[in-house]
Amino acid sequence: MSEHHFTIDDLKRILFEGAGADESAALGGDILDTDFENLGYDSLALLETGGRIEREYGITLDDEVLNDNRTPRALVEAVNDNLRRVAGG
Amino acid sequence: MSAGAVITGIGVLAPSGTGVKEFWDTTLIGKNMIGPVTRFDASAHQARLAGEIRGFDPAEHLPVRLVRQTDRMTQLALAAADQALADSGVRLETVPAHQRGVVTAVASGGSEFAQNELRKMGGAGGGHLSAYASFAWFPAVNSGQISVRNDLRGPAGALAGDHAAGLDALGQAGRRIRGGARLIVAGGVDAPVCSWAWAAHLSTGLLSTGRDPERAYLPFDAAARGHVLGEGGALMTVEDETAARARGAHTLYGRIAGHASTLDPRPGSGREPGLRRAAALALADAGCRPADVDVVFADAAGTPRADREEAEAITRLFGLRGVPVTAPKAAIGRLSSGGAPVDVVTALLAMRDGRIPATPQVEPVLTYGLDLVTGRSRTASVRTALVLARGHGGFNAALVLRAVD
Repeated sequence: MSEHHFTIDDLKRILFEGAGADESAALGGDILDTDFENLGYDSLALLETGGRIEREYGITLDDEVLNDNRTPRALVEAVNDNLRRVAGG
Repeated sequence: MSAGAVITGIGVLAPSGTGVKEFWDTTLIGKNMIGPVTRFDASAHQARLAGEIRGFDPAEHLPVRLVRQTDRMTQLALAAADQALADSGVRLETVPAHQRGVVTAVASGGSEFAQNELRKMGGAGGGHLSAYASFAWFPAVNSGQISVRNDLRGPAGALAGDHAAGLDALGQAGRRIRGGARLIVAGGVDAPVCSWAWAAHLSTGLLSTGRDPERAYLPFDAAARGHVLGEGGALMTVEDETAARARGAHTLYGRIAGHASTLDPRPGSGREPGLRRAAALALADAGCRPADVDVVFADAAGTPRADREEAEAITRLFGLRGVPVTAPKAAIGRLSSGGAPVDVVTALLAMRDGRIPATPQVEPVLTYGLDLVTGRSRTASVRTALVLARGHGGFNAALVLRAVD
């Protein structure tokens, strides 16, 4: 279970690998409750990020997961919910 | 065509230079920029030379996020568009968003990006593609990304037709300006030096298998044996002349005065190829006579048959040795959909400086009857230039450029 826990640092790493970061995407600061769009990640970047999370963690994320969770905190929680369901079920 | 469309900004990235100054200096010298392919391992192929752009780092020009989602041809195109807009001095926010647009030429699309994604399908990744694979290969991707980056919400297009499309894009920009647009970014940029695009081009049988960079691509020479591929291209800022003058544009490089495109008749029909007709129609569109033309930039396909056909088209219009002809692309190779736009840039700079760059390394076949500029660049007043382009599959295009008083 612990090895399947998804953290904000995991998300930052995957965001950077998949979409990169530039001056407008300040991944260094406290970003937990900042909207992805304000961090410079559009729907396409989130699609790529979702695909990478799915591959790495062996899960499937519904489209709504990426549409409904607009901040890093919300997305991290949604991914962990999914991981718990997979582990429990 | 009306006198409406003028070119006010140039962006060029070619094997001979990134940016107008470096490109023009190298072109005037006629320095050969063809060399062994370094962008992928071409050692298994018979064609192993290319005109490559050296030292282009996309991260110096574009946000990292954009670099991750773009093919090399799009990275080069975005940099060229930035140059073209900056050179024009236009403040885009002063042009209504729906009156500014983009038209690019395309040969096939983002081949290297597509090839790298397709490789993942059979690899350890388990068949996963990047989300960016949904569009990064797409034939219209250069127009799309240029539009997004510069908020060009007006007329947009992507034209296919191998080399000929590069002139069609500029002709289309002229028509869009006449139709009410104020500004169109137009031209073409390509990056075919990757294994997938190489395979496609090899299948045409038109690539030179020469190993000597100075002798592999010799259009109009008795030793012509096909062409060498290169990468890069040019984009230009095309504006409505009245609007450009009203905003105080500092340079009106030239006017898009006439354009036409034709298709060759069916192979084996015995009928005349379509190039002469395209040139004649473009001259008529511009309201010019052949005697008005000061220089012809040749397509220079580099096979004996195509060279002879082009020479016949030129001499039937202009007479034997009736007009200076040149093909500076012999130094950099044929840049696919980016080649003809680079020729247009060369023509505009020839007008500006009164110098016609030479066709390097070539000794023309005398019976072709061309006044080919060879050896050194030639000093001449250039007020009207005709640019020709032919594409694999029978495409022909011609563009007439005239100096602006």
